[in-house]
Amino acid sequence: MPDDLIRFTLNGRRIAVPSTRGHLGDLLRHELGETGTHIGCEHGVCGACNVVMDGRVTRSCLTLAVQVDGAEIETIEHAGNDRCGAALQDAFVARNAFQCGYCTPGMIMTARELLSENAAPGRAEIRDAISGNLCRCTGYQAIVEAISDAAEALRETADD
Amino acid sequence: MTELANSGIGAPLPREGARRLAEGRGRYVDDITLPGLLHIAFVRAPFAHGRLLGIETDDALEVPGVVAVIDGRRLAEICAPFDTNPPGVPGHASAPQPPLVVDESCFQGEAVAAVVAESRAAAEDGAELVFLDWDELPAVCSIEDAQAEDAAPVHTRFSDNLSLRHRFGAEDVSEAFHGAAHVVEADFSFGRQTGVTLEPRGIVAHWDPRTEELEVWQSHQVPWQMREVYARQLGLSPQSVRVTAPDVGGAFGLKLHAYADELAAVAVSRLLGRPVKYIVDRLESFTADAHAREARASCRMAVDAEGHILGIDAVVDAGFGAYAMHPRGSFGEAMQAAQMIGAPYRVGAFRAEVRGWRQNKAPSGAYRGVGQPIACAITEEMIDLASRAADIDPAEMRRINYRRTLDEGTRATQAGLVVEELSLDACLDKLLEAMDYTALRSEQAALRAKGIYRGIGLASFVELTGVGAGLYGPLGLTVAANEACRLTLQPDGSLTCATSVTDQGQGTLSAIAQLIAGEFGIAPEGVRMVAGDTGRTPYGGGAWASRGMALGGEAAKRACARLRDGLLELAAGILQCEPEALRFEQGEIIGPKGASGLDLAELAALCHYRPYDSPTGQVPPMTVEESFVPAALPYIASNGVHAVHLEVDPELGTVDLLGYWVVDDCGTVVNPLLVDEQLRGGIVQGIGAALYEECLYSEDGQFTNGTLADYVVPMAGEMPDIFVEHVSTPTRATGLGARGVGEAGTVGGLGAVRTALGDALVPTGARVSQQPFTPGRVLAAIMAAEDAE
Ligand code: FES
Ligand code: FES
Repeated sequence: MPDDLIRFTLNGRRIAVPSTRGHLGDLLRHELGETGTHIGCEHGVCGACNVVMDGRVTRSCLTLAVQVDGAEIETIEHAGNDRCGAALQDAFVARNAFQCGYCTPGMIMTARELLSENAAPGRAEIRDAISGNLCRCTGYQAIVEAISDAAEALRETADD
Repeated sequence: MTELANSGIGAPLPREGARRLAEGRGRYVDDITLPGLLHIAFVRAPFAHGRLLGIETDDALEVPGVVAVIDGRRLAEICAPFDTNPPGVPGHASAPQPPLVVDESCFQGEAVAAVVAESRAAAEDGAELVFLDWDELPAVCSIEDAQAEDAAPVHTRFSDNLSLRHRFGAEDVSEAFHGAAHVVEADFSFGRQTGVTLEPRGIVAHWDPRTEELEVWQSHQVPWQMREVYARQLGLSPQSVRVTAPDVGGAFGLKLHAYADELAAVAVSRLLGRPVKYIVDRLESFTADAHAREARASCRMAVDAEGHILGIDAVVDAGFGAYAMHPRGSFGEAMQAAQMIGAPYRVGAFRAEVRGWRQNKAPSGAYRGVGQPIACAITEEMIDLASRAADIDPAEMRRINYRRTLDEGTRATQAGLVVEELSLDACLDKLLEAMDYTALRSEQAALRAKGIYRGIGLASFVELTGVGAGLYGPLGLTVAANEACRLTLQPDGSLTCATSVTDQGQGTLSAIAQLIAGEFGIAPEGVRMVAGDTGRTPYGGGAWASRGMALGGEAAKRACARLRDGLLELAAGILQCEPEALRFEQGEIIGPKGASGLDLAELAALCHYRPYDSPTGQVPPMTVEESFVPAALPYIASNGVHAVHLEVDPELGTVDLLGYWVVDDCGTVVNPLLVDEQLRGGIVQGIGAALYEECLYSEDGQFTNGTLADYVVPMAGEMPDIFVEHVSTPTRATGLGARGVGEAGTVGGLGAVRTALGDALVPTGARVSQQPFTPGRVLAAIMAAEDAE
């Protein structure tokens, strides 16, 4: 960063922002206006801040803004652009798999990674996969069902 | 399906209006920004009890971006301290709580100075450099210490630490215990918890000197209450204050209160004439959000040889923390914890004494269920102990003691509770069938023989929902307990419902839209909901005590009836028939000859644009407002039964949840999709209380587990699937018939885990009195029982 800019790709857009000492979550939310990524703890436990960095789900609160120089970042605002993200969003609405919705963006980012690796996860596998995402409102059951429904919908439309 | 379309009630409709939340388009308070916005970081008290001698701010003011450092003395010039001593609670005593410490601080984490800066980071840098000079004072933290004869005072204005003392029921119940076949007795200890909303508290406040108006955006349940609070504390006209709750990321009672730090943020804006933002971080949440539940109790129960309860005698000691929570106080939890003991049962003689103790810890306040989870847990374990003493199956023991309604000729139970018809028998029947109780019992017996300890626990509850003015008025609280609906027919035929009810994810707004749509036979998308904004909604309560549907739904139903009556009368004039012969179907008026061609859009256009086309020359009002508060009853009681199946590992002390069932009666269910997951969410919080959650303080009052890694909340992996079923007994208090449901899961969850654990441990002879039931406590109880043998 010779010119003291952080350059990265955000949701397909090339971005250059002045270097900041804050974390990625704050950069996305407060400098770039992408407020769909939420901050729940800032110490890596709740998963509300999950984004995708170079293809892996990452805690944006534990990632320094300067660390994303040269990286590709995807956030919830962009997740609906692929089949899997859209299927999850549909299923979350259909199953009422959220109440306040504060955990939902992080939950969907996690679930999307699960479904990209496992097209037919069982309930226990789903529970395990989202065990790093705190939801304080629901009983998790609707979330498990929504992820399971989304997986099924994706399998059914796989060849379309 | 036709009937569903007609009524709108009972259909499991998804919340399409909430789709934006799943797409990252929520607007929570931290997502709001204003030109010229300043940020606050607070310097907080490092000790549980101290006297502030001085504040050194020079270094902080040097930090680039820091605009001001404001202390308690400066704020005291423009902002009054909270005085939380409701006149209707005799003997209640709490010290005044200023927005920022002026000289004495009473809990670790109390806000002392506000550092105001161009960015939050600069404010935090500044806060690091504020130097506080303190005299540390003796701190009193546990309930036992607060009770001690020679205890130091939590606040130096008092000589002891007793904040409240009250008795429910008779003065003396010894008679009932004399000839009893069995008397059982137990001690209980309930750990201090906090609500842990995933979105922490937060506020944006803007005093605009140009308009002399204060605008506040706050993550909160009750904007109208907060308007009154800010106006009162700052000496403003309530009419110059507007409070808006944007999307709120969970609330659970925690966001029902007025907090000193949030008041300080508002006062700072008033002082500087600039918009300010303050977002609570997770550590501050743990140390300065309302805590709850900390209590110790002892209870005795007398039963006859057939298992009928003859008497209950209980004492509850509750930990209030340093101040009474503003404006509703901290006594609600303690009072309900005592008063609701035995609520589902005919208990014979009843006496419950309650005492509330000040402590040098964070103030305690409302958290989902408010005292009722404690009462339920005590009651249900006492029932189990009695059923073992009398050798009666626990399910049968409950059935023979259930209360069905008030005793003839009485207006309340001995504890002073007003309940209408209950359906506990029907709930229990459904529950036992769903879980296959008999089969589980025989499996349990077979496994016990192999040294596998499984437990089956039941918990019945009665819950006070939709609490109305009858409670708050007499206490002298300026809290509106009615819920209101202002319904407008727009010129294009769509409807707008502005409601005083607020929604933090419960789905109440969607359910009210569904209800209104049903009244006109239109799709819910045809109803626009407006809520959480004192500038745009009618005066009323908001969200607490499970009131959204029970009260807000009723107000909406009544508003629909009035708007519809006016429109039908107009249509009857046009169609030359009686209004009674007309009804709405899919937004169109259907008359004796079928479809009339008159729909909402046509009627609206006539009323708004061509009133002269009305046969009478008159058009009905296009906006009607209805407000509802239960008049005949102080609240609307609901009831239900929970069951838990679990296994205890006697080597590790761990508890594995195998199954969970609940049968709930919340009267009319408007949308089961929303209600069922509400119940599950509440149950998971009850499980958290039972097994994991506890605010741990060191002896000298330092909060020791202030991260989400250390204060453990339930995650998906440990939670069981939860079976939900309903019995529906519509309340007669309203036309809609809905009872509250938002807290029912939490009220029964704690008790059901407690009784299941007790049942599992029967062969070991162990009993765990202290909650949460951590592996360490379970093991210690098992070992103590082994030693006793
Ligand atoms: S905010 Fe990043 S894990 Fe909680
Ligand atoms: S829906 Fe509120 S935290 Fe998950």
